[in-house]
Amino acid sequence: MSVLVSLDPSLRDSVNLQSHQNISRCYDCDKCTAGCPVAYAMEYGPHRILQMVRFGMKETALASRDIWLCAGCETCGTRCPNDVDIAHVMDALRQMAVREDIRNPANDIANFHRVYVMLIKLFGRMHEASLMGALKLLTRDFVSDMDAGVKLVAKGKIPILPERIKGAGEVRRVLKGP
Amino acid sequence: MKFAYYPGCSLHATGLEFDQSTRAVFHALGVQLDELDDWNCCGASSGHSLDALAAVALPARNIALAQEMNLDVLAPCAACFNRLKVAEHAIKTDPAQRNKIEDAVGFAYAGTTQIRNPIDVIVNEIGLPQVRAMVKRPLDDLRAVSYYGCLLVRPPEIVQFDDPEHPRLMDQLLAALGATPVDWAYATVCCGGSLSLTRAKIVNKLVDDIAAHAREVGAQTIVTACPLCQINLEMRQTSAAKMPIVYFTELMGLAFGLQASARWWSKHLVDPRAVVSKYATA
Ligand code: SF4
Ligand code: SF4
Repeated sequence: MSVLVSLDPSLRDSVNLQSHQNISRCYDCDKCTAGCPVAYAMEYGPHRILQMVRFGMKETALASRDIWLCAGCETCGTRCPNDVDIAHVMDALRQMAVREDIRNPANDIANFHRVYVMLIKLFGRMHEASLMGALKLLTRDFVSDMDAGVKLVAKGKIPILPERIKGAGEVRRVLKGP
Repeated sequence: MKFAYYPGCSLHATGLEFDQSTRAVFHALGVQLDELDDWNCCGASSGHSLDALAAVALPARNIALAQEMNLDVLAPCAACFNRLKVAEHAIKTDPAQRNKIEDAVGFAYAGTTQIRNPIDVIVNEIGLPQVRAMVKRPLDDLRAVSYYGCLLVRPPEIVQFDDPEHPRLMDQLLAALGATPVDWAYATVCCGGSLSLTRAKIVNKLVDDIAAHAREVGAQTIVTACPLCQINLEMRQTSAAKMPIVYFTELMGLAFGLQASARWWSKHLVDPRAVVSKYATA
């Protein structure tokens, strides 16, 4: 059986650079995956994603839903005996996937983040009503959470109008990146 | 004592009662909170997912604003607190990142502004003896579990808050209020808050596990310090009998006998009044 995977030997170094980590220190103890709260829903789990980065399996890593499912809880990095902050590695992979526009079954999560950042660009602060509205349009799911949403509005916890800040221009300058 | 108060977006919206109870409790403790003028969103998990510079420069703009006020920052939201600490850490430890951040924000970091969380200020600065002296209505027989979640305690070398596996600060505070903090295994287990709106089913399991274990140890409520955990734990429980999720500041206000506390409970999606009403001062 032949396995065809194109390897990118520079992947490890670019991820190290972007995440400020040294993933070569990983000695495959699997502790990160063992404690990951989301591993049960992942395809590979944090340890195997990290292995892929070390081996240069860029396409597989960036196309896996795992990079978007990571909740950023930092349990893995806190427990890693070799001080690899895998949450930061996941961030670097996400940023890379967005830059290179990689197809991923969990790209709806990437789009959620895009909307979130777009709203910060607009107002300088988050506006939940716009976020929920945009999310409904993106996912075409108009039913989920309507109940809770209506209650939150009634309790005055989702302001209808966004708060805008004077320094929105400064915030946009900070955000000109992606 | 005076702080530049950074509520963050959640405390102006879904975490309204966290904002109100924090202000009320600090007022009662004689600490002045001046809201940071023109603060911006810290970017939360979306900022650091998409953009390495925004991940640190967005929170850093708020540090710059506080530096201008010559005050330390008080950040009640665990997620904001975390992002501010990450930005501060990058500035302090990585000269290249520091340059980029200072450039993007347009300020020069002076190192004069500390980032503080209310729990740390209350326990380590104001002190539990003063908290005890303020208690008018001890929360006797209230069995509560402290839920620290992720962002307050991790990564430990960056947030420098408490022991990341066995934090005690919130438990000590609850005990000072007369409540009974109960040991449990889920104090720092992630509730999946950042996936709450995009992967509700994955989150349902995480939240149900947390609530089930709280019930198992006989807790009447889960006490939290994070507005994202709070709403996620309220919204994503699937069992019929839901565990009430309250902020530690709400319990402080209750034990201090603050009249305003009566207005906080109705803001919750899971009404905690069956548990807290008996401590209300008439
Ligand atoms: S915990 Fe650290 S050393 Fe162990 S497998 Fe995970 S990354 Fe590698
Ligand atoms: S940070 Fe991500 S990969 Fe690490 S334990 Fe948390 S969810 Fe899993």
